[in-house]
Amino acid sequence: MTMGIASDPEVSAIVAEDVRKAERTDRIVGTIQRQGALAVLIVVALIALATFPNFRSFDNAATILVAAAPPMLIALGMTFVIITGGIDLSVGSLYVLGGVLAAWASQYGILAAFALPLAVCGAIGLANGLLIAYTRMAPFIVTLAALLGARGLMRAISSEGSETYLVRDDAFRTLGNGSFLDIGYQVWLVAALVVAGMVVLARTRFGHSVYAVGGSEDAAGLMGVPVRRTKVWVYVLSGLLAGLAGAINAAKLGSGVTVLGTGMELDAIAAVVIGGTLLTGGAGTIAGTIAGVLLLGVIQNLINQVGNVNSNWQQVISGAFLALVVVAQTYLVRLRRVT
Amino acid sequence: MALLEVIDVSKIFPGVRALDQVSFTLQPGEVHALVGENGAGKSTLIKVLTGVYQPDGGDVRYLDQPVQFGTPMDAQRAGISTIYQEVNLVPLMSVAQNLFLGREPRRFGLIDRGRMEHQARAILTDYGVSADVRRPLGTLALGAQQMVALARAVMIDAKVVIMDEPTSSLEPREVQTLFGVIRDLHSRGIGIIYVSHRLDELYQICDAVTILRDGKLVHTGRLADLERIRLVSLMLGRDMAEVRREGATAFSGAATGDVEATPVLRVRELNSRHKLHDVTFDVRPGEVVGLGGLLGAGRSETIKAIGGAYHLDSGDIQVDGKDLRKPTPVRAVRFGVAVQPEDRKAEGIIPGLSVRENIALAVLPRLSRFGFVSDRKVDEVVDRYMKRLQIKASGPDQVVGDLSGGNQQKVLLARLLATGPKVLLLDEPTRGIDVGAKAEVQSLIDELAAEGLGVVLVSSDAEELVEGSDRVVVLRDGVVVGTLTGAQVTTEDLMSTIATEATREH
Repeated sequence: MTMGIASDPEVSAIVAEDVRKAERTDRIVGTIQRQGALAVLIVVALIALATFPNFRSFDNAATILVAAAPPMLIALGMTFVIITGGIDLSVGSLYVLGGVLAAWASQYGILAAFALPLAVCGAIGLANGLLIAYTRMAPFIVTLAALLGARGLMRAISSEGSETYLVRDDAFRTLGNGSFLDIGYQVWLVAALVVAGMVVLARTRFGHSVYAVGGSEDAAGLMGVPVRRTKVWVYVLSGLLAGLAGAINAAKLGSGVTVLGTGMELDAIAAVVIGGTLLTGGAGTIAGTIAGVLLLGVIQNLINQVGNVNSNWQQVISGAFLALVVVAQTYLVRLRRVT
Repeated sequence: MALLEVIDVSKIFPGVRALDQVSFTLQPGEVHALVGENGAGKSTLIKVLTGVYQPDGGDVRYLDQPVQFGTPMDAQRAGISTIYQEVNLVPLMSVAQNLFLGREPRRFGLIDRGRMEHQARAILTDYGVSADVRRPLGTLALGAQQMVALARAVMIDAKVVIMDEPTSSLEPREVQTLFGVIRDLHSRGIGIIYVSHRLDELYQICDAVTILRDGKLVHTGRLADLERIRLVSLMLGRDMAEVRREGATAFSGAATGDVEATPVLRVRELNSRHKLHDVTFDVRPGEVVGLGGLLGAGRSETIKAIGGAYHLDSGDIQVDGKDLRKPTPVRAVRFGVAVQPEDRKAEGIIPGLSVRENIALAVLPRLSRFGFVSDRKVDEVVDRYMKRLQIKASGPDQVVGDLSGGNQQKVLLARLLATGPKVLLLDEPTRGIDVGAKAEVQSLIDELAAEGLGVVLVSSDAEELVEGSDRVVVLRDGVVVGTLTGAQVTTEDLMSTIATEATREH
């Protein structure tokens, strides 16, 4: 079809100039938004390399990765949830619950050790999703209820948290402690899932629906996006990943430790937001989340290296960092809108 | 064969007949203007056509089949797409993603981004959009965003496209692009329902017109056969030949303004992108100046801009001789400007609070010392205004949400007056309130002017505007096109000024 639009060369020149300017600003802002966490991670890592000889070692890098594996899984699920504009506070509880269930079920073999936590945590995620999508209750409240419920469930099956189930299955324990190319199995597993997550988010209709729902729920609905279904799925995904994170942690520790996971949901949220995902939904990447998780991990690692510093400083630094990122995000988003 | 037929459709809301046996027909390839003032039923009709509302009576026939759409998605799947005023796309997603959301080209189960972007570029070139399709949609100009919405609608095989005030936020250049696209759709047999208040545009682009008023069909037919002045009078509901019913409102009719006095409000060359162009007028103490014009002419925007609640690109405002630079709501109040917003429920009263609390809101800064509020002083103020405005409530502690519309409006006015304003800006002060309260509000406006306040009045009720105002400044598309004074202040003059053909320089 031909329409003879923008045929006036003078007008098109002015338009083109405007467009170029806007595009440049947008590109720069977009890059900072997406890659900011990565840039900071690199800077911090470089400083650490120069200052702490121990940081350099391959072992230390492997340690950071192994420590970051469960938080990475939780943050992966959280990225999906937050991009839809939601929040999932239940993941810390699901993480402990998953660990306890995995340790208990390991007496029936490695498959059971995975299947049980995934089934239970997935079901709780499903309940979260259904309530949020169909009754339009606030995700904050629904998942807060799940946080309390899942923690209660965990305490109920572990005699008030005093009974620690030991992992009975050797294969399962090997998975927690063994390594391939000197990098723990669980790191490979998490890496594979992260890559899968990236493909799903960026290259499938479901992934695009996740962005659309978070970007504008009403518009998404009018454009034919299955809004409710998308919401349900992200909470199921988040629950499954939290349960899995608990399971691999139990495999590593050799038991279902009941005193973990408090505040893990908040660490995950922090990592996701530091990674450039908007807390209001609609934008974010998994690559950013990886950088966010690793950044928090590296800060923790450095504080351990310094030795005589109280480890609580890690939280102070992470907190300050988070505040900084949120302020920068707000500013960047505004900058982008104005153009 | 008609594309879309609306036959005797009615829609009833509690207390209102929003649509009363409305009928019209859309032919393939026809650009059909749907016009009417606020509350005429246009939005309701569109919502019935797009499945947001279910009609309470009558039939909608689409492609010769009776249809009833349960949701907007049903309508869209059948081929009826709507381009809303606020673009209904996802601003944070890329242009290409918005265009293809839900129908992305895929390869091996994964979205083929390269092909998607390539196709998006090709499609959008036809719509005059040359932006990088990978950019977030929200970073494009509104006009371009609207083109993307339109391209998406056409892409999903729309046979009917409904455009709700598509040009209200467009640059003149973008308007021309849009018209190019509309002509193309027209030649492809797509039917377009075009809602706009810009008469020039209607006569440029539309073939047929349907006029609604108070939920009823008042005219439908070829647009070219309908004179502008006739169109305006049909919309506003004033037959030119009809004898004016003098005294139908409670306004005294006597001019109160002193022509010689220095203006209490001087407004000079207000400009706001697309909405206001060099709007200039004066209000003298004791004078009621009406702002006339159709919906979207810039009346509410002018009022909001003076009150600091609407963005201005340039312009000077003087209140009582003092420059009100960069107005914000707080500064405007401090300068003595009180604004009664058009939508009192959304922007005015706080329904959950009591009459006393609502009135006291505006005066709290004045009545408090070191952050503490003197209850006694608040009681005095509340009592004074409840009496003065004859607010009918069980007492100052009654919740405002439980009052009638008229009394809610009075509470709002009380709050404005309690700030001791010099200028009162009223946007549709009598809309949605019963006849008795209406008369009371009207005579109150007269009284206030008589006491020396400068009043700016916006009303879609032509009669109210003419009888209430000493002068009427007529706006069209954000431009002052005339001022009616003295004997000219009549509905006939108002309508003919609105209807005069624009000589647009841009």
